[in-house]
Amino acid sequence: MRFLAGRLLHGLFLLFGVSVLSFLFVALAPGSFLDEMRLSPQISPETVGALRAQYGLDRPLPVRYARWVRSVLRGELGFSFAYNTPAAPLLRVRARNTLVLTGSATLLAWATAIPIGVWAAARKGRVVDQLTTASATALLAVPDLLLALGLLLLAVRTGWFPTGGMVSLGFEALGFGAKVKDAARHLTLPVVTLVVGTLPVLVKHVRAALIEVLDSAFLRAARGHGIPRRRLLFRYALPAAANPLISLFGFSVGALLSTSLLVEVVMSWPGLGPLLLEAILARDLYLVIGAVMFSTVFLLAGNLLADVLLYANDPRIRTGER
Amino acid sequence: MRRRKKLALIISLLAGLHAVVLGAGFFAPYDAAAQKRELPFAPPMRLHFLDERGNFHLRPFVYPVVPRRGSYTGYQEDRSRAFPMRFFVTGAPYSVAGLFRARLHLFGADPPAEVFLFGTDGFGRDLFSRMLYGGQISLLAGLLAAGLSLALGLVLGAVAGFYGGWADETLMRGAELFLALPWLYLLFAIRAFLPLQIGPAQAFLLLIVVIGLIGWARPARLVRGVVLSARERDYVRAAKGFGATDIYLLRRHVLPQTFGVLLTQAAILVPQYILAEVTLSFLGLGVGEPVPSWGNMLASLQQYYVLASYWWMFLPGFALVPFFLGYSALANALHERVKAVLI
Repeated sequence: MRFLAGRLLHGLFLLFGVSVLSFLFVALAPGSFLDEMRLSPQISPETVGALRAQYGLDRPLPVRYARWVRSVLRGELGFSFAYNTPAAPLLRVRARNTLVLTGSATLLAWATAIPIGVWAAARKGRVVDQLTTASATALLAVPDLLLALGLLLLAVRTGWFPTGGMVSLGFEALGFGAKVKDAARHLTLPVVTLVVGTLPVLVKHVRAALIEVLDSAFLRAARGHGIPRRRLLFRYALPAAANPLISLFGFSVGALLSTSLLVEVVMSWPGLGPLLLEAILARDLYLVIGAVMFSTVFLLAGNLLADVLLYANDPRIRTGER
Repeated sequence: MRRRKKLALIISLLAGLHAVVLGAGFFAPYDAAAQKRELPFAPPMRLHFLDERGNFHLRPFVYPVVPRRGSYTGYQEDRSRAFPMRFFVTGAPYSVAGLFRARLHLFGADPPAEVFLFGTDGFGRDLFSRMLYGGQISLLAGLLAAGLSLALGLVLGAVAGFYGGWADETLMRGAELFLALPWLYLLFAIRAFLPLQIGPAQAFLLLIVVIGLIGWARPARLVRGVVLSARERDYVRAAKGFGATDIYLLRRHVLPQTFGVLLTQAAILVPQYILAEVTLSFLGLGVGEPVPSWGNMLASLQQYYVLASYWWMFLPGFALVPFFLGYSALANALHERVKAVLI
């Protein structure tokens, strides 16, 4: 338990560091949301000054940071200038959508990568293995942006899938079954992009980890005992090969979040990505910081989950012998 | 021996690819900014080998494209006269890497015919030429940013590993911080706080600095690991015993050992940073018009009508694929080699 508590504390420390870092960048930033107002002849300098004071932009940085931390504790996450509301409600909806997208993509990617990787490793050097490795290498060379645009092009040309958004117009009026179907149709393209984008890396690592284990003495012994192959691969080899893969899971969350940012923008999925881009263009600073913080929380949650899995899988960590 | 041959093959292929982009002026039939305003969104041209009567010609020829009668957007080939492709023609002046100027192009056709291998964009600019010129921006951004990251990583990693103590502690905590953020979010966040309306040249430099700065953590960690093991070697201790200075030790004995790791990292970072430039420019946060880059050339696909009607706007994106293949093969080959050397 000490191990997990330590990891949690470490995560919180990182989160604090990220927030300080973001604020430092804000301090270095030239320009603010109010610049555009200042250019407008219809808004007097006094109004702009009053707004500055109201938002606390005229205060020194540590004061602003303290105010922001207080608003985080109140659950407001700062104030969005462009939307004129606390940032938290805006961010929460978007973060949920991003979570839906990356969560299903992560699940699907691992659920496909593990059987494929195990299969390729079990047939090392044969045609299946070579085909898998070759196609993984080829897929790795296709940038996610190209993949997303290509799939979008396919959707536009064929009309099989909607080209953006999360739900169709008139979603509320649909029955439950139709609602599920509609949401699934909208989810398909972005999820497929993310899965295809991450799959090659995962398959390669699963294969490599398994090949290493398959060579080991205890598996040769197990094979000698006549244990059936499938049981051998999934019950004996996979848990033994799991440690590096669990670490990879932590990393894969980060990679998926980054890819998801791009995919969301291209496929107009209403997640954190489009909001972040919009906020950057409008210089809506607290929204930017909020989006970055949310993405960090997701990443840290992924890493923490990986730690929990590691803790469950590896008795050496449980006994504190590392 | 085989490994060495493979590496040489990969490197020469990559060098060839880069040479094509560097010599864009020669391989591209047109200037990147040259517009043919009366032919916006012209589709890719077909190279014909068979003429109207079915005779085969070894030298391919093109028909000029003209707007289709009774249509505002369609094009058709004007088959009344065929224009053979010409090779090594003189055309628009260009300079290669700013060193020398020339007018010689690999191919072209006699006016009034044009050769638009990949079609044209909304301003009637040749996509094929722009793809080659755009590569100069994207590749240079990737290479320079990777150089910056590696240099930073080398210095900070060497300091952390060689001196240890509080410097090590601070630097590695900082590295963890940078690695804790999803890197695209980090890139965006930093870009967010920098000026938006700037010229292409400033934007280019800004991009390189931003992309290069956020990537220092991973190389720094790797370098630190190598330095940590290197400084305990007997010959380093011996040199230290003879009174060698820290600078000498680092330069002569420790840093050369990080070379393999740095090279491998470079092969991994360069394509990643090319993609970073492409992503930022695609979203309008990087290098902007009229300068072509692989990112901003794809940006028009964000408009639905372009995506729906002009599929060839997608073609320049494929330029990324051979580079990515090349760099990932290079990274693998280097990794194997470094491992073999260390063992």
